[in-house]
Amino acid sequence: MSAPLLQVGALFKRFGGFTALAAVSFDVPAGQRLGIIGPNGSGKTTLINCICGTLRHDNGSVRLSGVDVSALPTYRRTRLGLARSFQIPRPFYSMSVAQNIAVALEYGVGRRRVHASAARKEGLTVLDRLGLTAKANADVGSLTQVDLRRLELARALATQPRLLILDEVMAGLSSVEVDDMLETLASLNREGITIVMIEHIMRAIMGFSQRVICLDAGSIVADGEPAAVINSAIVQKIYLGG
Amino acid sequence: MRNWSRFLIGATLSVLLALGLTRFVGNEYFFFATYVVLQFIVLATAWNILGGYGGYVNFGASAFFAVGAYCAVALTQSYALALPLQILAAALVTGLLGFAVGALTLRLRGIYFSIATVAVAVICETVIMNWSFVGGARGTTVLQPAAPAFFSSYTRLLFFVMALLALLAVAFARFVETSWIGRGLRAIRDNEEAAESVGVPTLKLKLFAATASGALMGAAGAPFALYMNFIEPTSAFSLNYSVSALAMPLIGGSANWLGPVIGAILLAGTQQIVTVTISSELNVLIVGLLLVVFVVAAPHGILGLWHKLVARGGQRP
Ligand SMILES: Nc1ncnc2c1ncn2[C@@H]1O[C@H](COP(=O)(O)OP(=O)(O)OP(=O)(O)O)[C@@H](O)[C@H]1O
Ligand SMILES: [Mg+2]
Repeated sequence: MSAPLLQVGALFKRFGGFTALAAVSFDVPAGQRLGIIGPNGSGKTTLINCICGTLRHDNGSVRLSGVDVSALPTYRRTRLGLARSFQIPRPFYSMSVAQNIAVALEYGVGRRRVHASAARKEGLTVLDRLGLTAKANADVGSLTQVDLRRLELARALATQPRLLILDEVMAGLSSVEVDDMLETLASLNREGITIVMIEHIMRAIMGFSQRVICLDAGSIVADGEPAAVINSAIVQKIYLGG
Repeated sequence: MRNWSRFLIGATLSVLLALGLTRFVGNEYFFFATYVVLQFIVLATAWNILGGYGGYVNFGASAFFAVGAYCAVALTQSYALALPLQILAAALVTGLLGFAVGALTLRLRGIYFSIATVAVAVICETVIMNWSFVGGARGTTVLQPAAPAFFSSYTRLLFFVMALLALLAVAFARFVETSWIGRGLRAIRDNEEAAESVGVPTLKLKLFAATASGALMGAAGAPFALYMNFIEPTSAFSLNYSVSALAMPLIGGSANWLGPVIGAILLAGTQQIVTVTISSELNVLIVGLLLVVFVVAAPHGILGLWHKLVARGGQRP
């Protein structure tokens, strides 16, 4: 048996005296669709930041296919196949949509130099997937919130990830747009990309995930079948009982 | 590729033009003044590699300029090194200085690098002030050697050398800008965390830019003592270099290699005229005021204004 694609082991992260992550451990096998839920401030974004290296964790380990990447800078983790989207979109504002994608195409796969024309074709494919083809040459500043979220996902995809981590990529989308996005994600998953999705929209979580993890105050409080997790006493208490 | 061949032709013509000027222009003052403009083209272009492309502001250009100048002086006094070697050595030392400041501060995002460059300027000036081998606070005289056969004066030779340096700096900046390095730096300037997360090795690129930028600034300063026949810390570390190095790209337009060139010609040209007609004391003030006007009214500089005008013209039926 080969190692799971992602292994998070006893992860700790403190901000001053505040503990944002306390001994978070879970594995993600290759090919899984994992949903992560949790109330505001429960540490979901912090968890992603530590997995991707945007923040350095204080204790614990992050392994990709069995290799400890704790000491690697973010860009090296990206080149090992780990891509993420940001909760608040962070496009490259001075560039067009296509140029945003081009940076990810050029840098995301590392030393393997992609031929310019092949890269352009790959870029077009990614844009087409997210319905951004018509806006390829648009300035990022002119995009709507929805398109900014699509760009966020498109740019992550352009790095050709094995594991894609999405931080509330559907926030602010209409229900039709959510369905569209879910369909796109499902087809990416069918092609072999493992997806971890952080989301507040329950419908999206339930429709997408094979497994759900619930985070509360920096700890995992439930992990399992979506229906079982959502209906568990503890999750019900967090979400409804306050 | 076609763009590069056009650039190469332009560059070759510029070299020939500079060479021709040293032969056929009689007025010695022309070379004296144009040298300064060219020197600022190098300085502004160098600053822009890190500041314009990467978005990391260096407030201490004067330190790199002056260390380059003093490096050349020290080497001439001890080894009578030839001018090209002086420039090379100066670039090496200030490149290392840029790398060192970068390595200490560029791991941190934000303003730390900028603050460190201010400190570097203060530290370097204090060291030179107290280094008697290069004249300390009183300064030292540096005699121009006899001009080589082709040039009728040493100032003309210095003019030609600085023209070559300017060309080299601009060609290098243009290469960086249009290569993968430039695209990576631009991503860093736009959003560093996002850049890193799509695979851009941000620290490496920033260090490369800090080193290259520092080296070119030092090269710009290397012939300074020979040009003045004299060097002392106050003028070598003049605030004018630090302010101009960042004002020229910002006024010309910092996204493009042409911006610093336009800014340098405009500002350094104005400064030369003001120095002759009024007083050189006004130079920093004028640059400062222009900078404020541009930051408020045209944040993308002259090139930005130009693109806006072209775009508007194109929209007319
Ligand atoms: N850089 C930081 N410095 C200090 N505290 C932080 C920092 N980042 C996050 N926190 C704190 O850590 C806790 C977890 O934040 P995090 O952003 O991970 O929550 P989240 O689960 O993503 O919430 P949301 O659903 O609102 O996005 C919060 O209390 C937050 O205030
Ligand atoms: Mg969050």
